[in-house]
Amino acid sequence: MNEQTPISREERIKNLKGIGSARKRVEDARFTQGAGNYVDDINLPGMLFGDFVRSSHSHARIISIDKEAALAVPGVIAILTAEDLKPLNLHYMPTLAGDVQAVLADEKVLFQNQEIAFVIAEDRYIAADAVELVEVEYEELPPITDAFKAMDDDAPVLREDIQDKMEGAHGPRKHKNHIFLWEQGDKEGSEKALADADVVVEELITYQRVHPCPLETCGCVASMDKINGKLTLYGTFQAPHAVRTVASLITNIAEHNIRVVSPDIGGGFGNKVGVYPGYICATVASIVTGVPVKWVEDRIENLTSTAFARDYHMTGKIAATKEGKITGLWCHVLADHGAFDACADPTKFPAGFFNIVTGSYDIPVAYVGVDGVYTNKAPGGVAYRCSFRVTEAAYLIERMIEILAQKLNMDPVELRLKNFIKKEQFPYQSALGWEYDSGDYHTAMEKGMAAVDYPALRAEQAEKRAAFDRGETRTLMGIGTAFFTEIVGAGPVKNCDILGLGMFDSCEIRIHPTGSAIARLGTISQGQGHATTFAQIVATEIGIPAEDITLEEGDTDTAPYGLGTYGSRSTPVAGAATAMAGRKIRAKAQMIAAYLLEVHEGDLEWDVDRFQIKGNPEAHKTMKEIAFASYNQAIPGLEPGLEAVSYYDPPNMTYPYGAYFCVLDIDVDTGVVDVRRFYALDDCGTRINPMIIEGQVHGGLTEALAIAMGQEITYDEMGNVKGGSLMDFYLPTAVETPVWETDETVVPSPHHPIGAKGVGESPNVGGVPAFSNAVNDAFAHKGLTHTQMPHDHWRVWKTAEKLGLSG
Amino acid sequence: MIPGSFDYHRPQSVSEAVGLLKDKGDEAFIVAGGHSLIPMMKLRMSTPEHLIDIQDIAEIKNISIFGSDVTIGAFVTQAEIISSEALHGICPVLREASLQIADPQIRNVGTIGGNVANGDPGNDMPAIMQALDATFVLAGEEGTREVKARDFYEAAYFTARAETEMLTLIKFTAPAAGHGSCYMKQKRKIGDYATAAAVVILTMNGTTVQNVEIALTNVADTPLYAEEANRLLIGTSLDDASIKAAVEAAKAITDPADDGRGPKDFRTHIAGVMVERAIRQAATTAS
Repeated sequence: MNEQTPISREERIKNLKGIGSARKRVEDARFTQGAGNYVDDINLPGMLFGDFVRSSHSHARIISIDKEAALAVPGVIAILTAEDLKPLNLHYMPTLAGDVQAVLADEKVLFQNQEIAFVIAEDRYIAADAVELVEVEYEELPPITDAFKAMDDDAPVLREDIQDKMEGAHGPRKHKNHIFLWEQGDKEGSEKALADADVVVEELITYQRVHPCPLETCGCVASMDKINGKLTLYGTFQAPHAVRTVASLITNIAEHNIRVVSPDIGGGFGNKVGVYPGYICATVASIVTGVPVKWVEDRIENLTSTAFARDYHMTGKIAATKEGKITGLWCHVLADHGAFDACADPTKFPAGFFNIVTGSYDIPVAYVGVDGVYTNKAPGGVAYRCSFRVTEAAYLIERMIEILAQKLNMDPVELRLKNFIKKEQFPYQSALGWEYDSGDYHTAMEKGMAAVDYPALRAEQAEKRAAFDRGETRTLMGIGTAFFTEIVGAGPVKNCDILGLGMFDSCEIRIHPTGSAIARLGTISQGQGHATTFAQIVATEIGIPAEDITLEEGDTDTAPYGLGTYGSRSTPVAGAATAMAGRKIRAKAQMIAAYLLEVHEGDLEWDVDRFQIKGNPEAHKTMKEIAFASYNQAIPGLEPGLEAVSYYDPPNMTYPYGAYFCVLDIDVDTGVVDVRRFYALDDCGTRINPMIIEGQVHGGLTEALAIAMGQEITYDEMGNVKGGSLMDFYLPTAVETPVWETDETVVPSPHHPIGAKGVGESPNVGGVPAFSNAVNDAFAHKGLTHTQMPHDHWRVWKTAEKLGLSG
Repeated sequence: MIPGSFDYHRPQSVSEAVGLLKDKGDEAFIVAGGHSLIPMMKLRMSTPEHLIDIQDIAEIKNISIFGSDVTIGAFVTQAEIISSEALHGICPVLREASLQIADPQIRNVGTIGGNVANGDPGNDMPAIMQALDATFVLAGEEGTREVKARDFYEAAYFTARAETEMLTLIKFTAPAAGHGSCYMKQKRKIGDYATAAAVVILTMNGTTVQNVEIALTNVADTPLYAEEANRLLIGTSLDDASIKAAVEAAKAITDPADDGRGPKDFRTHIAGVMVERAIRQAATTAS
């Protein structure tokens, strides 16, 4: 009754390609052959195209919009403005942050490239021609481009639509351009710690405005079937179910009549979490015309109008003893949210999880205050390859640690080791309210130090500095360390929701009679490789080879409800749901096996891919046999079939961490920085697919390099956006990207079913401070305390020049 | 990022192309590799009604070398310049500079004619052509005429070429055997224009500079031929003081834009660093 040629247990484990296997990505067959199916690949019969008329000014009243010439272009069907959306009450839409955002500018524009009118035409070329012909007359108003001036007494009021509403979504607003003040921790206690301290350091640290810049821009195809009343919305959505619910709430179309499909997505990095005017306009256009309507951004539109990231002006103060024991932390953030508060954060967290800012350190008392303000810039504030505002927090604490070390004349690594939360302190209650579930920071740091031979690097640096002072070289060597702790996997429904939707996630597994399976999840891959890794979790849990498991995501008609993929939440939340659904299947399989083997369930044990009788492994039923039996045998007390669904509400966040080291050389005459070594040790708990982890770390480090060394979206004093094309917005190529060395420790999350913590975002969180610390470190001996990012050639040269080092 | 509408023409000869230019007047643009023009059209900063694609014209696709006289057709790609051993043998700076233009995909399509003719101050080849004292051959309805590279550039995107003319050939005499050369370019990343770049072609007579030609890229609205810097170096032994004087003379003629690469003072400074480094590097290859 069992297989003809028994294979070894090791062989059976290997055949599953389950957790721990460096299985190749199943997605790559189509991606590498150009056979992906992205939104812009969708072409439906009779489909029309939409394109936006956008504001040339950053702050202006709209006097008139003349559509006549554009409407006369053959092939132009209609042009929507705010006036057309008002009767539907769709000229404003709710944001994820409790604010509203203009879908089409209502009387006033608030940032350059804001959407004013939506041209609907037979093809995208006609639409683009017509956009040119729409004439908008403006009355210019003074813009606010400096967040520090937003709350001046004489500052112009930006948001006239809410100027009488001084109670915002997160409490009282203290100025008409103020959004919220979010405070956490013990302000008085922190101030007392500062007053009593031997040593205090203070610094204003700006994390500049950047953009996630996924290779595929945002877009959608809306298709309203007027016969059956069903709306299908294909789009670049990182959270398709949330989009369906929000679409239902704002359009009043019943939720069962809306189907949202996320096809292949070419990178998201947070940019595709938000709801954008293009989605609303394409939907309205399809409802009005009765045919499908496509809208896809171009690169400039993506960089200048859909969600930016960061733009935090952070003031940090650290108190410490003269021996280097940190006694308190105080921070204030001035958060530039642009024209509308469209941050993507859980509802109760207007500054995300910025209160992870105590980092990896045992800090007894801490305070955070974040003031959000409006400016004449694009809205957004998304988590660019990080959990909500965690990169900003990690950057602040990791810069402050270096600045404190400099003040104490202590090695920054030694200072970190002195202040780390100790292994035996976990679970650790942080001063700002989080319960860190697990960690072993000392081991990770010491492993990293040994790998890079940290003392030898410092010795080399000392020699190089002496050679520089003797005039023998014009380069300075910098060593940057970062030890970050992330908080990911949002999150427990008790404190995490988005627009009232709890942040659980889900998985449904169905085993077919012949022993293969399909699994569907509430998440959506944008390149993370879910079809590969989630199949590995299922394989290990139920003993079916990963290659026999189809994985589907992104279609709300078939996938179970979930909150989507961002904030490194897929593995911590949906991955847990996958394991739990697998365990439900295994529980039923055990009952079937007991019936087939004519023993009591308790007499069976699970072994890789089968249940066997304890003490008699020859007597067993494989999952394949059990699956077939579940469909063809009448088993008393059991329903036929073998499937399960799990909705997983995580008990806590997960806390991945890592130790990163960067070594670079700076040419003081040109400002050119050569990163000669980068070592990244990550602890993401249980490692599902080491190859995918390595790929994620490489990608995240490359983005971190981009942010630290060049990325920036700036505005001139008139509010004209600069850096809105890839000519200026820094995307490094393979040539600029150094070789990455990766390493790991494995401390599994104690509350996660398989102990996995999430990894995709760690390298961005830890990478940015490592690069920036290295640049700052190169000049530290010459008296530099802090220089702002991005560390592009000009700024680095300027730093050298100010210190009197440039030729 | 959608261009306006235009008519597309693909002439088979220079005379046919010139005829089209005459017929269509200032609404017609020549497209070669398209790397400058097509992005401008997509941004609607350029809206030609007629595009004249010259890729089928055989007579402008060759590199001819007779002794030290070099003729390069306008439709020769950067990749073809890089792969020409004969050209490299007598004028290595062309390969060196071409390898610093964008990436292999772009170099497979981008042409030397497009690079020198459209007057974009960010392009690398115009300064090199000035250093080589190259001559551009322009074909018009009344036949051909020749313009020196040093006289060709008037302002950004404005050149001595009339709207009814087409650049067909680039001619120059290779520098003397044993010359040293270098193209030193600082940029933010692959594919970027130079923050500043300098070309140096240097001929030594023993330890004395017999001749030097220095020109600069992207530090003004045209390429810059650094005549004064050259004058200050000729006859010297490339001592530090002479190099410094030449560097200062080169910096003095720059007038860079304040852009994403940095403010004016920084770009002028980098121009100086590039000149100095290019001189020192060229000296190591001169014999």
